[in-house]
Amino acid sequence: MTTNQNNFNLNDIPQEKFEFVQLNETLHDERIKTKAIGYVGDAWIRFRKDKSAVIAFILILVLALFAIIVPLLSSYTVEFRDAYYRNIMPRLPLFKNAGFWDGGKNLTLNKAGYLYYQAIGAETGKSAIISLKKEYVDSTGEMRYDVRTDSYHRIGFVYQNLSQSEYESLMAYQNETGKQVIYPLAKTHNATSEAYVNGNDGANFWYKLVDESRTTSGEPVLDENGNFIPNYVTSSNENEAGYNSLRIEGDGQDGVWYVYAFRNGRTGNYYKVRVNYEEYFIYKNGFSPNFIFGTNVHGQDIFTCLAIAARFSLLLAIAVASINFIIGVIYGSVAGYYGGWVDMLMERISDILASVPFMVVATLFQLHLAEKVGPVISLLFAFIMTGWVGTASRVRTQFYRFKGQEYVLAARTLGASDRRLIFKHIFPNSLGTIITGAVMTIPGVIFSESMLSYLHIINLDTSRTLTSIGTMLSQGQAQLQNYPHEILFPALFIAILEISFNLFGNGLRDALNPSLRGADN
Amino acid sequence: MSNRQGMGRYIVQRILYMLLTMFVITLMCFILIKLLPLPLIKEQGRDPTLVLLRREKMGYNKPIMVQFFLYMKGIFTEWYWGVGEQMYDSLPIWDVMMQKLPYTVVVNLYSILISIPLGLLLGIYAALKKNKWQDATISTLVMVFISVPSYVYAFLVQYIFCFKLQWFPLLLASESEAGSLMSWTMFKSMVPAVMSLSFGVIAGFTRYTRAELSEVLTGDYMLLARTKGLTKRQAISRHAMRNAMVVILPMIIGEFIGILGGSLIIENIFGIPGIGNLYINSINLRDYNFFMALTIFYTLIGLVSGIVIDISYGFIDPRIRMGSKK
Repeated sequence: MTTNQNNFNLNDIPQEKFEFVQLNETLHDERIKTKAIGYVGDAWIRFRKDKSAVIAFILILVLALFAIIVPLLSSYTVEFRDAYYRNIMPRLPLFKNAGFWDGGKNLTLNKAGYLYYQAIGAETGKSAIISLKKEYVDSTGEMRYDVRTDSYHRIGFVYQNLSQSEYESLMAYQNETGKQVIYPLAKTHNATSEAYVNGNDGANFWYKLVDESRTTSGEPVLDENGNFIPNYVTSSNENEAGYNSLRIEGDGQDGVWYVYAFRNGRTGNYYKVRVNYEEYFIYKNGFSPNFIFGTNVHGQDIFTCLAIAARFSLLLAIAVASINFIIGVIYGSVAGYYGGWVDMLMERISDILASVPFMVVATLFQLHLAEKVGPVISLLFAFIMTGWVGTASRVRTQFYRFKGQEYVLAARTLGASDRRLIFKHIFPNSLGTIITGAVMTIPGVIFSESMLSYLHIINLDTSRTLTSIGTMLSQGQAQLQNYPHEILFPALFIAILEISFNLFGNGLRDALNPSLRGADN
Repeated sequence: MSNRQGMGRYIVQRILYMLLTMFVITLMCFILIKLLPLPLIKEQGRDPTLVLLRREKMGYNKPIMVQFFLYMKGIFTEWYWGVGEQMYDSLPIWDVMMQKLPYTVVVNLYSILISIPLGLLLGIYAALKKNKWQDATISTLVMVFISVPSYVYAFLVQYIFCFKLQWFPLLLASESEAGSLMSWTMFKSMVPAVMSLSFGVIAGFTRYTRAELSEVLTGDYMLLARTKGLTKRQAISRHAMRNAMVVILPMIIGEFIGILGGSLIIENIFGIPGIGNLYINSINLRDYNFFMALTIFYTLIGLVSGIVIDISYGFIDPRIRMGSKK
């Protein structure tokens, strides 16, 4: 078009038609105004987009924080075992009237049992029954009561043998705080089985029974107002067994005094007293009992134990993952980079190690080393013994992939040393895959550890400061029928942890290796 | 022709490597087990001189390498795997293992017979509905079910079906009360264990099938198949499934070999008197003869399934012939 209009040939443009754009400065490409995004930044942008991975990561952080903070702040330890607060139901003060998580346990009782729990409330002022749900006559013609009992209050009273100094300081505590801990001794009954459920030797039978014989049904005699009739040990001496502290209401009428302690033992230096266990617990430990996740059959606080177990699992898994990472990277780089007979030999060795079943490795290490270095260290060794093989083979594959590429050949031509080629040119490129692999080993380690301790192949039962999720699961399994909460919390914890780590690992893989996005999705 | 030779050489090579690996592992484990102190005589509760005499006679005082030689010789000439010391007193180990194996095999067989078809179906469905809500639901559930450890299912199943609903007994029925391993009573008591084992396997197969099939579905030949007039159903069953099966079938074969090994923890929870239980007992009671034999057993299962899977790739798909790739 232009040629036709201006009437000249393109091959023969006159010189004056040309002019310079500018002569003052050299020309550049336009400067890149945005900031460069590095590998990490790029990965972060991709990671952020994966909502499930972000949630999983936050969950992992929450669980890790739980594992770190709870043991520091908790009043309980692994060593803490309460003889009476066993199999206590979980209680969170927030859910006081919610009907669940309130420390309550649903029971169906007969009349004697129902009155037994009522009597505890009548004496302590703290009701052992949260609510009466249903009252009915069953097929055998007996009264039945569906109730929700308070697993803390229903312990009621227990007998304790105190030394003289303990007895005196307990009385001093009573006088100082005005809280009644020691209650009058009750006349011995041949208590029904109900009383022994709580392991307190029938200390809750402070009232008159219809039938005092050995085959007693435990049914109380009630007065005309429907109240219990006290059946305490009495004396004409006010300070029997040296008791000079708080007295309960109704004491000391007509010169008859209740007896609060028996002198016991050969030397008479022990005092058998009947204490309100909740108050006694506060006196003994300095805090009132509350178990957020309940207690297990040994009377250990599940909340604290779980945090300690989780801390142990996480620390072990992170230690295993990092040590295996280091060994695997070195081994895999050497094998993958040099290839040839070195590679072959190293492959044989790692093949053999990988073929030994992990169970066998763990067992052998336990049998050989557990007594010398402890079960935990030998478990760590067992994980390291075969664990690095996976990392090594991943690294090796990556090296085979990259070592023949042009940029590596170019660097080699320029005279780069082996070390430089490995660590500067090849390794950073394979880092994404390797890190993902290392993170993915963490859930595996946690699972294997819990399984080994569940099966008692590693035995932490003797440890006074440590417990493991597997140990808690095996303790809880024995109580599965009646107290499912004891297994629920550890099982829930490990399930959430495993799901989170897998989701997080997938997100990490997609973020670090965009080319593998959704590889097994 | 040369392909077939290459395959043959590959198989022979793999088997030789396996035998070498097996030998090294057996030797290592044998030495490590023999280095362990023997259980105290007084724990065996028998006449000490007799125990010592018996140990002498069984060659426990010979050098370890000699013992190893005798052990190998016993296995290869008379199929003699030693006798029980702490448990199943003096019974041949091989006989005891063969007596336990059926329990492990039957429970795991039921499990994979249920889970593989279910997993495949769910996987195919998810792949066909890829990126729709059905796929999203299945994939999320798969993620959850794959991550949760099998014992958590076991506790759940036990609590819900055995305690609350009381549909199944808590533990496996004993052979005397059930009559035989294949009886209805036995089957019923196996259901909780089978269920607990299956969740993870179903999820695994679903994920695998979905991944393979959805990759295959994007292939050019699928487009061609549709272009030449096949219906979607025809194209999928004739082309896509066949190609996806190349990868899925070896996995199925691997599962079938894996049933021999079973699951230690599931056997423990449901009281299945199988191989896994034998292993745990052999450790707890320090019966090292059983421990050694079971070590060999587990190692062998792992190695054989590895080889069979690798070789089956070559047989299923002529395009993959390991031996000829170099």
